[in-house]
Amino acid sequence: MHYGGKIITGLVIFLGLVSMPFWFNIGGSYEEPKVELPKNAKVCVAPTQNMRENHMKLLDQWRDMALREGKRTYISAKGDKYTISLQNTCMQCHTSKEQFCDKCHVDASVTPYCWDCHVPPKEAK
Amino acid sequence: MKQSRRNFLKFAGLSAAGLCIAPTAAMASGGPGGAAHAEVNSKSLHAKRWAMVIDTRKLNTEEAIEALAETCHHIHNVPTIDSDQDIKWLWSGSYGEVFPEQENNFPSEAQETHRFPLLCNHCEHPSCVRVCPTKATFKRPDNIVAMDYHRCIGCRYCMAACPFGARSFNFMDPRLHLDMDNINMKFPTRMRGVVEKCNFCVERLAVGELPACAEKSEGAIIFGDLQDPDSNVRKALRENFTLRRKPAAGTEPGVYYII
Repeated sequence: MHYGGKIITGLVIFLGLVSMPFWFNIGGSYEEPKVELPKNAKVCVAPTQNMRENHMKLLDQWRDMALREGKRTYISAKGDKYTISLQNTCMQCHTSKEQFCDKCHVDASVTPYCWDCHVPPKEAK
Repeated sequence: MKQSRRNFLKFAGLSAAGLCIAPTAAMASGGPGGAAHAEVNSKSLHAKRWAMVIDTRKLNTEEAIEALAETCHHIHNVPTIDSDQDIKWLWSGSYGEVFPEQENNFPSEAQETHRFPLLCNHCEHPSCVRVCPTKATFKRPDNIVAMDYHRCIGCRYCMAACPFGARSFNFMDPRLHLDMDNINMKFPTRMRGVVEKCNFCVERLAVGELPACAEKSEGAIIFGDLQDPDSNVRKALRENFTLRRKPAAGTEPGVYYII
């Protein structure tokens, strides 16, 4: 193999650099973000795990249902009725954007643009 | 057991039948009410074609129209910007501005002094909808020309296309010009870079209320179904002489003016 030594050294350095984030975080502990759950409600429009994974898809569907189809009442799988609205339904239970939405979004480093237009409830100080 | 061709075919047939029935069976055994879905609000007002008749004999002063605009702009979180970049859903104009093709050289005194309320005409053939490249603005089945601000890319084609100047562009974050402590918390604001306009109060119609301007006008603005011959708007149109703006544009506006 021509230049075998150099190639292998290069590869080792390259792999070392690429896997740097893993080396840095070895031994570190991950803490799940602690979201503040609503005090005035026990059930959401869908089971917790489903909401955790799919709330963004549900919000997308809600937008199209309310705006495009003019259907503003949501019947959940359990048969409960909800008004389709981020500001007037979701945020009535999840009363703090900072203590609920932001917790995971900041952790996962995602910046959804919901709040460019929708108005979050006033944060308690 | 000896695997014969006959047995294999029987088994294959049964499996295929099972696969056909499975989805239906799963649906039928679903929870109460079946899968989640959306419905139209039970209190919602319905029409085949929403339209508005404005009685300019009763509503013709700057102050009166300004009061209606204030209500409208407050519930929809429309900012007031003291420049040519202002946002307006409801505003006023002179006779010449409102009916530019129907102006005489010697107008009556009333015609000369009256102010006329202006808003989106919710046309039957809306030119803004035709030009929108993202379908952010669209016509609902009840003929309300609605906007989906999530999709608006701010290209402003609709503003160029609208013959009535009913659309405003957010040149800057509208929240800079809103009193954020006193906004309507039930309605969103807009963001920088989207076009906005009057929505015929779809959010109020959905909960069984009339548009805010019609409600506050003390009978000067009539709102109803244009397709229903017995509706209040058709009655007003039968009994009064009315004009619509810029008929030559061919957009068939849904806002009528009793002169």
